[in-house]
Amino acid sequence: MPSMTDEAQQNEAIVSVRDLRLRFGEREILHGISFDVRRYETLVILGGSGSGKSTLLRALVSLEKPSAGEIWVKGKNIAQVSGAEMDEIRKKLGMSFQGGALFGSLTVGENVALPLREHTKLEDLTIQIIVRLKLEQVGLAGFEDYMPSQLSGGMKKRAAVARAMAMDPEMLFFDEPSAGLDPIIAAGIDNLILKLKKAFRISIVVVTHELASAFLIADRVLLLDKGDIVALGTREELRENTHPRVRQFLNRIAEPEVFEELDYLQMLTEKHRPRRR
Amino acid sequence: MPVLGLGGISAPSLLCIRRDTCGLVAEEAVEVTVRVGRATLDSLAYLGGLARLGGRAAYFTFVAPWQGRRLRLDRAAHQAMVVGLQALPILSLITFFIGVILALQSAYELRKFGALHYVSGAVAISMTRELGPLMTAIVVIGRSGSAFAAEIGTMKVTEELDALETMALNPVQFLVTPKFLAMVVMLPCLTTWADLMGILGGALFGVAKAGFTFTSYLRSSLDALYLRDISTGLIKSLMFGMTITAVGCHEGFSTGAGAEEVGRSTTAAVVMSIFLVIAVDLIFTALFYFTGAH
Repeated sequence: MPSMTDEAQQNEAIVSVRDLRLRFGEREILHGISFDVRRYETLVILGGSGSGKSTLLRALVSLEKPSAGEIWVKGKNIAQVSGAEMDEIRKKLGMSFQGGALFGSLTVGENVALPLREHTKLEDLTIQIIVRLKLEQVGLAGFEDYMPSQLSGGMKKRAAVARAMAMDPEMLFFDEPSAGLDPIIAAGIDNLILKLKKAFRISIVVVTHELASAFLIADRVLLLDKGDIVALGTREELRENTHPRVRQFLNRIAEPEVFEELDYLQMLTEKHRPRRR
Repeated sequence: MPVLGLGGISAPSLLCIRRDTCGLVAEEAVEVTVRVGRATLDSLAYLGGLARLGGRAAYFTFVAPWQGRRLRLDRAAHQAMVVGLQALPILSLITFFIGVILALQSAYELRKFGALHYVSGAVAISMTRELGPLMTAIVVIGRSGSAFAAEIGTMKVTEELDALETMALNPVQFLVTPKFLAMVVMLPCLTTWADLMGILGGALFGVAKAGFTFTSYLRSSLDALYLRDISTGLIKSLMFGMTITAVGCHEGFSTGAGAEEVGRSTTAAVVMSIFLVIAVDLIFTALFYFTGAH
């Protein structure tokens, strides 16, 4: 394990990211970032489009391999573990994808039951009871036999949360939980996250660009900008932060428009944008 | 592949001292070489990808169950129904027609020698050795190879493949293995059926125009066949099954972002499968010929 600060030890980090770099081809998306996710906290990763927040989340669940740096999850550096070890870690993680990512060929109930069927030796009846419980927890009681295509966007996300919760994970990851939903449904998803947080002792990492949602559900907020952390702290700390990018993001001030392809890519991923002309 | 060059001097100027006269030709020659090289490397990488996927599917089908990993027989059975049983009507019709066509085409030549009664043998041998396995493969490519690519491609676009991984489920084991098992079992079965339907198609002509009775036509067909005619056809169909699964699934996995990409990989799966099935056919036919299994 890397040496941790006293505070982190006090708060017991369940995930420690150290100097994480991630590049796609020539372009570096994450420029060496470090932070901890503490046990039982809700950390919201906030950032604009293309800030690298989704890539960061994918790296945390090992869907992307870091180019350099370390990601410690439950005492193991997932940048270097074997496939079998990673699978063991993954059984303790739940991930809810942007579009739900429910399996279209399976019913909602079968979707939730899938990890239980594959990873446990539970009786079918027991699995059915767990599925009903999990669906009740997300407000979808009685929807076991529906196909994902019959559900609305918000219901799909709820079903995806139920599936992510199936194995009673220690950590839950949400990728843009309110994307593509109307404000009322999105608020419902926020409430669901708050409810899960209260009901279960569980660490939650949420990636979003919705300010209102972030300030509602977060214990701490991490503001990511062009692959770097510009702010990390409680909601209050973030509100008082005077960093120009934080102010710009919180006050919703538009970027100057860019029409050149190269300028656009640089704007997304690089700290200091050199003016070409 | 890096573009040829030495110490900052570009390849065309090395090839050509008087650049103004032959520079253009040399530049084009280099460009063609680079393109051929790149295409060759890409093709080899593609074949490597297919072999790796096929190998992993074979491992999860034949080896992993002995090491305590679950083989999803229920999913394989479901796939077998889709790949096999549901293909029967269209396959029967096509191979029956092929049988009639074969009989007509061979009768055209045999009639000149007064050897019309050899039609039964010609049809039986052509069907079992070549057209039975090949036509079955073509039908299965159209029905299932494309569907594999579309299914896995859509799952990639909607992040379902990522979801599988985050649930600690291996996408190859979960998605490809049942298809692989179904194809490896069903293709030889379908091929046997196709052989039979082709022979029945030949019988239609034999009974109507070549003076056979139905039973005498069948007996004459069986007399003309050796076991190795059937077995080489079945071995080929097994290889076709593996090829179609590997190409369909590989194209699905290599789908890019967006719905139009699914269409692209589906088309690519069909075109590439047809090409590779014909190539595998050629290799095995040559192999059987030269090793004396003909």
